[in-house]
Amino acid sequence: MSDTVYLVVVIGCAVLLAAAASLAIVRAERGPSMLDRTIALDVFTTTLVGAIALEAALSRRTDTIPILVVLSLVGFVGSVTIARFASVEPEDEGRIRTAEEVAAEDAARREAEEADRDAAVDPEHHGAAPEGEVR
Amino acid sequence: MDVTSPWDTVADVVSAVFLLCGAFLAFAAGVGVVRFPDLLARMHAATKPQVLGLILVLAGLSLRLRSWGAVATLLLVVIFQLLTSPVAAHMVGRAGYRTGKIGEDALVLDELTRDQDAAEREDSGEHEPGR
Repeated sequence: MSDTVYLVVVIGCAVLLAAAASLAIVRAERGPSMLDRTIALDVFTTTLVGAIALEAALSRRTDTIPILVVLSLVGFVGSVTIARFASVEPEDEGRIRTAEEVAAEDAARREAEEADRDAAVDPEHHGAAPEGEVR
Repeated sequence: MDVTSPWDTVADVVSAVFLLCGAFLAFAAGVGVVRFPDLLARMHAATKPQVLGLILVLAGLSLRLRSWGAVATLLLVVIFQLLTSPVAAHMVGRAGYRTGKIGEDALVLDELTRDQDAAEREDSGEHEPGR
C-alpha cells in the first residue's frame, strides 16, 4: 500500500481517537462520582496507548513501544488506588466552595492552630529555668 | 525499502484495517462512557477498547513494524492489560457496589446482595433449611 493511503487511514484513526479522548474527558468532568471519573480516565489512557501505537505505525518506529508498557501498568495502579481509597466521598465534596466559605474555613483553622499553640505553652513556667539546672 | 514484495502490501493493508477497527472501538467507548446512564453500563462500554481494541491496535502496529522484538514487547503489553484490567474493573465495581452507586432497579439479577444476606443470616445463627 502506498504511504499516502496509509497516511489517510492513520488520519481517520487519529480523528476517531481524538473524539474518544474528548468524550472521555467530558465524562471525567461531568462524572457524578469518583468511580465514573476513574472509568473515564481508563478510557483516556487506552486512547493514549492507541494514539502512540498509531504514531509508531505511521513512522515505523519502535522506540516508543516501552511507553505503551508503562502506560498499561500506570493506568491500572491509578484506577485500583482510587477504587480502594478514594471511592467513599462525603456528600458535598464535589461542590466548589465560594470564596466566603473558604475564608471562613481558613479563619476557623487558623484559630484552632493558635489555640493549640497556646495550650502547648504553660503560662506559669514560661521562660523559667528547668528545675535542677546548674548554671 | 526499495523493493516491496506483495506480502508487505498485504501486511500494510491488514494493519490499516486493524488500526481502524481499534480506533473505532475506542471511539465507541468514548460515546458509551458519555451516554450510558449508570456506573455499570459505563464500565461495560469502557472495557471494549481496553482489551479487544488494544489487541487490534497492537496487532496492526506489529504488522506494520514486522520485527520480532517489537512483537514480543507488544505481546507483553497485551498480557499486562489482560492481567490488570479485570482486577481494576473488579475493584471499581466492588467500590461502586459498596458505596451504593449501583441502583437495585437497574439489575436484572443481583446475586451479590442475595449471597451477602445469606452469609449474614448464617453468621447470626439461622440456617436455611435445605442448604
